[in-house]
Amino acid sequence: MPITVVIPTRLRSLTNQQKHIAIEGVKVSEVIERMEQQYPGIRAKLIFDGSAYHFINIYVNDNDIRLREGLATNVQDGDIVTILPALTAG
Amino acid sequence: MLTIHARLVDAMIAQALNDHPVETCGIIAGPAGSNWPLRLIPMRNAAQSDNFFRFDPQQQLQVWKEMSARCEEPIVIYHSHTSSQAYPRRSDVELATEPQAHYVIIPTQHLYPAEIRSFRIADQMVIEERVQIVRQYQPELELQMVA
Repeated sequence: MPITVVIPTRLRSLTNQQKHIAIEGVKVSEVIERMEQQYPGIRAKLIFDGSAYHFINIYVNDNDIRLREGLATNVQDGDIVTILPALTAG
Repeated sequence: MLTIHARLVDAMIAQALNDHPVETCGIIAGPAGSNWPLRLIPMRNAAQSDNFFRFDPQQQLQVWKEMSARCEEPIVIYHSHTSSQAYPRRSDVELATEPQAHYVIIPTQHLYPAEIRSFRIADQMVIEERVQIVRQYQPELELQMVA
């Protein structure tokens, strides 16, 4: 069973309007790299200089990857990776 | 134009005054595509700052999952300005992520008029819009305040 990635509305223009993407991988970074191969441009919306942008939240199941191992966080078959724009401002 | 029930406005202002001097924040969800704000959800400001807010990431995930299950979207995204006027700052514009939402700002500094203001923010552009405060919605629309 692959990993399911939940894509936020504002990035669906890069995924042919798909909300859910099934993909393989053992770490979050690998999942994103494989998404990039299928949907070019998505990596640049999520990652800069080796880390997720501060205005992007990425979760594995219910866990914020910042509280785990960041992009090196492990994923397993059946996991759900959710991407959400962080709601932050002044 | 933002059309919003007076009880929701009162609830946002009460929350903002209660949280002052920390910036308050939250959303009002409604049926996707409806433009009707119905379900007010105060969010925890993880930044706990007087000039910045960040939705608690863990709470945001749960709230967004619930909205998805209920076919809702954030109709209003609100926060307070505790020491400046109710107009978007540069960070409000740069970090705006929901072009379909009404961005409401609540001033809590007594030097500024105690009126909420609403803006559309998309592609780094800000457009202020009129706020129409109403005493009732259509009968089938039900307000909800999430504790």
